[in-house]
Amino acid sequence: MSEQKRKIHPHKFTLWVAIGSILMMFAGLTSAYIVKRSQASWLMIEIPVMFWYSTATILASSVTVQLALKALKKREMINYKRLLVVTAVLGVLFIVLQVAGFRQFAAQDIRLVGAGSNASYSFLLAISGLHGIHVLGGVVALAVIAIRALNSSTRSYSSVPLEIAATYWHFVDALWIYLFIFFTWMK
Amino acid sequence: MSSETISHGHAAEASVHSHDSHEAHGHDHHHEESFLTKYIFSTDHKMIGKQFLITGIIWAIIGGLFSVLFRLQLGYPDASFPILEDLFGKWAAGGRISNEFYYALVTMHGTILVFFVLTAGLSGTFANILIPLQIGARDMASGFMNMLSYWFFFLASVVMFASLFIQTGPASGGWTIYPPLSALGQASEGSKLGMDFWLISMALFIVSSLLGGLNYISTILNLRTKGMSMTRMPLTMWAIFFTAVLGVLSFPVLLSGAVLLLFDRNLGTSFYLSEIVVKGEILPNEGGSAILFQHLFWFLGHPEVYIILLPAMGMVSEILSVNSRKPIFGYLAMVGSLFAICILAFLVWAHHMFVTGLNPFLGAFFVLLTLLIAVPSAIKVFNWLTTLWKGNIRFTPGMLFSIGFVSLFISGGLTGIFLGNSTLDIHLHDTYFVVAHFHIVMGVASFFGMFAGVYHWFPKMYGRYLNNTMAYIHFWVTLVGSYLIFWPMHYSGLAGMPRRYTDWSNWQSFNQFQDMNRFISTVAMVVFAVQILFVFNFFYSIFKGRQVKSENPWGANTLEWTTPINPGHGNWPSDIPEVHRWAYDYGKDGREFIPQTEPIGADESKH
Repeated sequence: MSEQKRKIHPHKFTLWVAIGSILMMFAGLTSAYIVKRSQASWLMIEIPVMFWYSTATILASSVTVQLALKALKKREMINYKRLLVVTAVLGVLFIVLQVAGFRQFAAQDIRLVGAGSNASYSFLLAISGLHGIHVLGGVVALAVIAIRALNSSTRSYSSVPLEIAATYWHFVDALWIYLFIFFTWMK
Repeated sequence: MSSETISHGHAAEASVHSHDSHEAHGHDHHHEESFLTKYIFSTDHKMIGKQFLITGIIWAIIGGLFSVLFRLQLGYPDASFPILEDLFGKWAAGGRISNEFYYALVTMHGTILVFFVLTAGLSGTFANILIPLQIGARDMASGFMNMLSYWFFFLASVVMFASLFIQTGPASGGWTIYPPLSALGQASEGSKLGMDFWLISMALFIVSSLLGGLNYISTILNLRTKGMSMTRMPLTMWAIFFTAVLGVLSFPVLLSGAVLLLFDRNLGTSFYLSEIVVKGEILPNEGGSAILFQHLFWFLGHPEVYIILLPAMGMVSEILSVNSRKPIFGYLAMVGSLFAICILAFLVWAHHMFVTGLNPFLGAFFVLLTLLIAVPSAIKVFNWLTTLWKGNIRFTPGMLFSIGFVSLFISGGLTGIFLGNSTLDIHLHDTYFVVAHFHIVMGVASFFGMFAGVYHWFPKMYGRYLNNTMAYIHFWVTLVGSYLIFWPMHYSGLAGMPRRYTDWSNWQSFNQFQDMNRFISTVAMVVFAVQILFVFNFFYSIFKGRQVKSENPWGANTLEWTTPINPGHGNWPSDIPEVHRWAYDYGKDGREFIPQTEPIGADESKH
C-alpha cells in the first residue's frame, strides 16, 4: 500500500508530460523570436502598462487556486466553491486585461497584423495569444470542476481533479511570468 | 466489421461513452456494449488500435495510388491517357497530368504517407494494441484521451480528404510546405484554400498525436504490472516509449511554425515573408525570414523520421528474436542505441538545410552529429544480425518482413552517410539520390516493420491468421520491387537529376534516363497491385482466415500471448499476470521458450 501511495497518479503524470510538451511549443516560439530579433528591421516593443495588471491578476489567481485546494482538503466546501469561482473569474479577467493591453497598441497606431505590421509586434500577439488560449483551457477545466462542485446531486471529495487543474494553473501562470520577463528583457 | 468503424465515423452526434475505464485499472469489465460503444466510440485500446490501423490502410491506398499516378507521368511523359481526363477533368486535360496536378499529387503523397500512414497508422496502431498487452495493464492510463486521440486523427483525415476535392486543389508546395510559396495564395493554386485545409488538418493531427503520445508515456511508466521493471520490457515497448517522447517534444514546435504560417497567410504578418514581388505585384511584407520556418519545420521534421522508424525497429527486434528462437543479442545495447538515436534526433535538423546559406562552420557540427547517428544504427544492425546468427529461424511472413527491414535499413542507412556530408550535399541536394535514400530507409523500411507487425500480431487482433500464400507473394514482390524502384534512382541522382520535375524529355542531360524511368514506373505499379493483394488478404482474413487455436501461436514469451485468444476489454479475465523475467528467454536450459510469467527456477540466476 505504501508503495502505491508513493506512486504518482497517472493522470497527474500525464499532465507533467503535457507541460513538457507545451514548454517545447513556447521554446520554439521564443527561439524564433530571438532569431528574428537579431535580424534587420526589428522594432523595439513597448510593453503595455496593462500587462502589469494582468500579471498581478494571474499571480493572484494562483494564490486563490491553492487556497481552494487547501479548503477542499479541509472539507470547507463553501469556501472551496467560492475560491474556485474566484479563480476562474480571475482567469477570465487576465484574458480581458491582455486584450485591453493589445487595444492600447491600436490606440498608439501600432499595427500588429496586416500591411505595415512589424514581426516584433506580431510575435508579441502570436505568443501571448497562444498563451491566452492555454489560460482559457485552464478556465474551462476549472469551470467543469466548479459546476460539478455546485451540482449538489454528486458529492465528490476527491482532490485529484483539482490538484491536476491547480498544477496546470500554476504552470500557465509561471509560463506567463517567463514570457513577460522575456518580452521585457528582449524587446 | 471494423471497416464499419470508418464508414459510420460521421454518424450522428453520439453520446460519448463514459464508463470511466481509465479509472478502472483494478477490476474486470463485464458490461454490455452496444455497437456504438464497441466499434465506434470505443475506449478499449485494442479497438482504438484497429481503428488507427484501418484508417491508416485506407490512407495508404490513397497515398500509394497518388504515387502510381505521378509515376505514370514520369514513366510516360509523351503518352496520353484519356481515362485520366474522365476521372480528373481539368487536372488531366487531354489525358495528361497537369503540372499543378503533379505537384498536388507528390505533396499529398508525402503528407499522407509520412503523417497519416507511417505516424498515425504505425505508432497509433501498435502503441495502442501492444502497450497494455505487453506491460500487463487493463487499458491505457486514460481511455478517454485515447479515444479522443483517434477522433482528432479522424477529423484531421476528414479535413485532409476534403482538401482533395476543392476547386483550387489541395496543398501542392511539397510536404515540407516551405514559405513563401505556401504563405502566398497568389503564388500558386495549391497555396490557396488547399493550404489552409492542410494547416488545419495538421493542427488537428498534432493534437491527436500529442494526446496519444502523452498516454503512451504515462501508461508505460505508470501502469506496468508487478515485476515488469523497465529492463524487463520487450524492446517494442522501449521503442514505442522513445517514439512517444520524440513526438511529444517535437510536434509542438511544428505547431508553433504552423501557427506563424497561418498568421502570415491570413493576417498579413511578416514572420516568414520579406520583400516579395509576385506576378508584378509588390507585397507590403518586409523583414520576414523564410529560413526561420525551415528551422521550426525541421526541428520536428527530423525527429519525425525517427518517430516513423523507431516503432518499426522495436517490432522487428521482437519478431526477429521470437522467430530465431534466440534471445535478442545485446538487449541493453538495443535500449541504449534507441536512447542515443532519440537524443541525436533533436540535434541534426540543420542537415536538411546545408544549402540554405547556413554558415559552413555551423554546418560542420551538424555533419558530425549526423554521422554520429551511424554509431547507434550500426549497433542495432549488428545486434539484429547476431540475433539471426545460428538461430533456429522460422520463416513466417512476419519474420521475412523483419529480415527485409534489416536489409532495407542497411541499404538506405548507408546512403545517409553520403547525404550527411555537407560538401557532398551540395551536389546531391534535391536530386533523386535523396528520394532514393529516404524512401528506402524511412518509407519502405518502416512499411516493412509495419507489415511485420501486422502479420505477427494479426492473430492477437482478430483471432485468425492471414493467408500465408498471399503473404509470401506480398513479401517477395514488395522486397524485390522496392529495390528495383529505388536502386536505379541512386544513379540518376548521382548524375544530378533533380526532384520535383514533371518531365525531362527536353532536358538533354537527363532524358537519357527515360527508359529507366519507365522501368521504375512499371515496377511501381506491380508493387502497388501487390499491396492491394495484402489489403484483400487483411480484410478477407478478418472474417475467413484460419482460426487461431492456441493462446500462444508463435511460442512467444511476452504477456500479450497469455490473454485469451479474443481478449475482452480489460485483457485478462482474471488477475493480471505477474512478471518474473525478461522477455527473451528463448532456447534457455534446453527449453524452447520460457514465458515472462514463469517464476525463476532454483537453478537460475535472477535477471
